Amino acid sequence: MSDIFVLAEHRQGELREVTLEMLTMAGQLGSPVTAVLFGSGVNDFADKCASFADKVIYVDDPMFENYNSAAYQAALVELIKAEKPGLVLIGNTGQGVDFAPSLAVELDLPFCSDIVSISMEGGKPVATRQYYGGKINGRIEFKDADTYIIAVREAAMPAGDGGKSGEIVKTDNPVTTEITVKRFLEYVEAAVGEVDITQSAVLVAVGRGIREDKNMPIMEELAKAMGADLAASRAVVDAGWLPQDRQVGISGKSVKPKLYLAVGISGAFQHVTGMKGADLVVAINKDPDAPIFQYADYGIVDDLFKVVPALTEKIKEMKG
Amino acid sequence: MNVVVCVKQVPDTSDPDTEVHIDSSGRDVDRSKFSFVINDADNYAVEEAILLKEKHGGEVTVVNIGPETANQVIRMALAKGGDSAIRLEDEKFEFSDAVATARLLAAAVKDLGCDIVMTGCMASDDGYTAVGVALAQVLGLPHAAMVKSVEVVEEGKLKVAREIEGGLMEMIEIQTPCVLTIQTGINEPRYASFKGIRAASKKEIKLMDLAATGLSENEVGEAGSKSVMAQYSMPEIGELAEILEGDAAETSVKLAGILKDKGLV
Repeated sequence: MSDIFVLAEHRQGELREVTLEMLTMAGQLGSPVTAVLFGSGVNDFADKCASFADKVIYVDDPMFENYNSAAYQAALVELIKAEKPGLVLIGNTGQGVDFAPSLAVELDLPFCSDIVSISMEGGKPVATRQYYGGKINGRIEFKDADTYIIAVREAAMPAGDGGKSGEIVKTDNPVTTEITVKRFLEYVEAAVGEVDITQSAVLVAVGRGIREDKNMPIMEELAKAMGADLAASRAVVDAGWLPQDRQVGISGKSVKPKLYLAVGISGAFQHVTGMKGADLVVAINKDPDAPIFQYADYGIVDDLFKVVPALTEKIKEMKG
Repeated sequence: MNVVVCVKQVPDTSDPDTEVHIDSSGRDVDRSKFSFVINDADNYAVEEAILLKEKHGGEVTVVNIGPETANQVIRMALAKGGDSAIRLEDEKFEFSDAVATARLLAAAVKDLGCDIVMTGCMASDDGYTAVGVALAQVLGLPHAAMVKSVEVVEEGKLKVAREIEGGLMEMIEIQTPCVLTIQTGINEPRYASFKGIRAASKKEIKLMDLAATGLSENEVGEAGSKSVMAQYSMPEIGELAEILEGDAAETSVKLAGILKDKGLV
């Protein structure tokens, strides 16, 4: 297969890790790897990409100072038409989900989102992705094409060590018309709450299994007994049962407590990604197939409404 | 402000009692024991569409691809404030990938003359996070994904917040008509009133089959999909947690003991 393009992703002065993960993944597929970097004055990102790629195409233009899906899509359309890569990898991230599908439609190319692994079979890619919140996998095959577009899940595999020294090719911005349909305004940081869960030593995390707001007090009592702070999965925050600054996961916080007690949390990757830094993970969930048990050190497969009050009493008793 | 909102009916896999089993074909799951609900993100999209209508006037059209049983989620959206509905159904639509699905939705949406098309940002069953953005391209409209707030700035212009990693909000300005994929938590979805449910039960749901879409067989379903889910499999399970056995009284004692030994309580 001809070259593999990997789109470099960066934001607010940082090259995002998913870039190096994808370059590592691409490097295992047996074709030359080209990192494609759109930015404005980000030579150091070009250097970093070069250490993971055989070539870096760097478009240095003020148009790319901040992310704009329409600009990224327009530039990639031109580059793909000109360079004809065999495969294009884009992060299935806040940026990538915002243009990878429309890019594929514009170029009429095969596309699949949120894949966790890729292999080459008969000269074309075959991908694996998860369905039903990670309970089953699906094998994705593509119809024959010159180029395939695949959006790769963040943290699907760790980044390697690099060690390459690809040539950096500065390229003129292929987009010559101003983008008017969409304009970047600013970034607004998430609100800071009363507790910074990224600093908590012990976290009791609540998931959808709690079912109703009126059940929250049993979690509060457990957290109090343990001297823990409460954290939450997205479902609990969406429902308004805990504030957003308690959310753990990709769209919330990444935490690193000594103990993470996950209660009624199924363990979708969006959540698990945020709790990987915990020293010890304990999960309480009534579903023995819940993915959370793959990430936990200890598990209790039972109804949380039975276990949580019993555990609270036991801990209170121990503490005297 | 006319808004189209696309809704999907999905198995209620948030219920821990719902088990997902692969069926004998290997390309579908056993649906016989599922209960079905509106996709979570789509529920927020319906609410956002109705909020816009209440504030700026106009109409809300509900669009769905699904079997007759999906009328349940369509009627609930109508009961909350939707004005009309279209459901696309044809056996030729089966195994459509995200792009072919977008093509079908576009066939239903293109002549409605709306200002905003909304979808949920992700379906809980396939997790594609792709259909809405693909739909925008098929329609030739600008778009924004993972939208967590929508504000009308002036005629033909919206200010929207996209929720990206770490809860960071990317604020952008976008021209209408456009497509927005709505993130969960953007609002508080209402419950339908009895009056609304009664009124919705009388509303017509317009049906579209393949012929009505104006698309050819080669543009829809598996034939029209360039990516194909060929085979489901059970994931390889990594090393599992040490499961503490016994009833709640026993497991809580065991766990408290472990935490004490490790100096964590």
